[in-house]
Amino acid sequence: MSPHRGVLETLFWRTGSLVVIAYALFPVAWILSLSLKPAADLNDNRFVPREISLEHYRAIFADAQFPAALWNSIGIAAVSTLLAVSLAMFAAYAIVRLRFRGRALILGAALSIAMFPPVAVIGPLFNLWRNIGLYNTWPGLVLPYMTFTLPLAIWILSAFFREIPWDLDKAARVDGATPFQAFRHVIAPLAAPGIFTAAILVFIFAWNDFLFAAALTSTNDARTVPAAIAFFTGSSRFELPTGSIAAASVVVTVPVSLVVLIFQRRIVAGLTAGAVKG
Amino acid sequence: MSRVRDHSEERLAWLLCTPAALAMLLVTAYPISYALWLSLFRYDLRFPDERAFVGLANYAGVLTSGVWWESLANTLIITVGSVSIELVLGMLLALLMHRVLFLRSTVRASILVPYAIITIVAALAWKFAFDPVTGFINPWLGLETPWLTERWSAFLVIILTEVWKTTPFMALLLLAGLTLVPRDLLDAARVDGASARQRFFRVTLPLMRNAVMVALLFRTLDAFRIFDTVFVQTRGAQGTETVSIVGYHALVSRLNLGLGSAVSVLIFLCVVAIAMLFVKGLGASFAAEDKT
Repeated sequence: MSPHRGVLETLFWRTGSLVVIAYALFPVAWILSLSLKPAADLNDNRFVPREISLEHYRAIFADAQFPAALWNSIGIAAVSTLLAVSLAMFAAYAIVRLRFRGRALILGAALSIAMFPPVAVIGPLFNLWRNIGLYNTWPGLVLPYMTFTLPLAIWILSAFFREIPWDLDKAARVDGATPFQAFRHVIAPLAAPGIFTAAILVFIFAWNDFLFAAALTSTNDARTVPAAIAFFTGSSRFELPTGSIAAASVVVTVPVSLVVLIFQRRIVAGLTAGAVKG
Repeated sequence: MSRVRDHSEERLAWLLCTPAALAMLLVTAYPISYALWLSLFRYDLRFPDERAFVGLANYAGVLTSGVWWESLANTLIITVGSVSIELVLGMLLALLMHRVLFLRSTVRASILVPYAIITIVAALAWKFAFDPVTGFINPWLGLETPWLTERWSAFLVIILTEVWKTTPFMALLLLAGLTLVPRDLLDAARVDGASARQRFFRVTLPLMRNAVMVALLFRTLDAFRIFDTVFVQTRGAQGTETVSIVGYHALVSRLNLGLGSAVSVLIFLCVVAIAMLFVKGLGASFAAEDKT
């Protein structure tokens, strides 16, 4: 920081930092607090719980619905990520390394899908999936997730691949490495950070989605956590099971938040990769 | 020799791109064409025998109903409200992240939390916070407002949730643009006696024009598709239905594929129109940049 900057200004920016941190974490703290309140205290309108109880966590894991949804969410998001990143890797390699006429076409298609409103396809997909037996199955969700994350993955990977000094591969070959060795020891380590970044962002998208999950699933067979939480039923039809919702929310928020905190730099690089080049 | 190489290179390129291109066509181009086709039929899954070609009658039905226009207005209110607040807040946040060294990585890490959190969870957290029975907002403000049961206060909560969740994304895109502004230029302006305000509006902002346009484009299209937050917080009651909610209810709740597909196609056209407006703006902004 430049020395002539006033104490007041420094104080201003520091307070700003603290305000931003509080802003970001406030609702998370609130849902955590809600999940720890005993059932009797749920309606006490307090931000901080008076007493701490784990009863809601025990309740959601004792029920069949939430563990099933958690398993579906993890599995579907993982498979979608694997597929989207693999397909995007091939396409991004071709876009960066090879000269061919369809390049602009592929990038244009990716751009238009990034802007595509998912609600415009849920009707046809709903009908189609019911006819070919994909309704309420894992592949029925994996397919749309994979497609809607392909543009993001292609962008990120192209941006990262462009920075790789591909000629190193030739140098390794000259030094006597086999093509596979050159790939494994030279290119793969350079490409890994980009692939990893793309994978995190694709995973977050699939993990986050509610629209497809709500429209294309109906039971524990394929219903993911966002849909399960939104359709949790309480003791009566008109009452939201606040405690269970809060506990389930914390369970699915904490692991992803930790991953995001650990890989902060990569995620920021990935999110801005496509935009800077505009 | 080189022609042969070009050919094999082109073939390899297509081979590598085909899986991705096929997936994108299968899950978007095909369904939207199918929606276009379905929208010309009277087709209700509850009465499949009454399926019949009706031409543009579904569109006439949607466009003459108050529901469509009201939901379009609602969607625009939410979109304009949240995106404009996000632009201001996001810019402040970007400036802060750009300049501050104090707790720098903590700040950067914590603003990713709203981005990573499931939208449904964020929407429920804010819903419970504003709820008169469970929430702490009313006691803190000394109010007894049933926020989500009245139209305008419900909009306020919906917009607040959207702003909380997506400002970080906006800020990161703006930050990327901010880092492209040359330091020398700002120092020169400072030496010439430009105030901080002048430096921002006369130097930084014009140089960031493209980054701002890209961020606005992404967020506007995203906000226009809003579904999760409204679904969880009001289910579209109290006159807060958005176009995505209308489409979802027609298709999934009422199983009316004909009418619902017409809504889908109309939403798609709206998105295309918004994108074209922005692309035009972006083109103008690139052209302006070339001149200077």
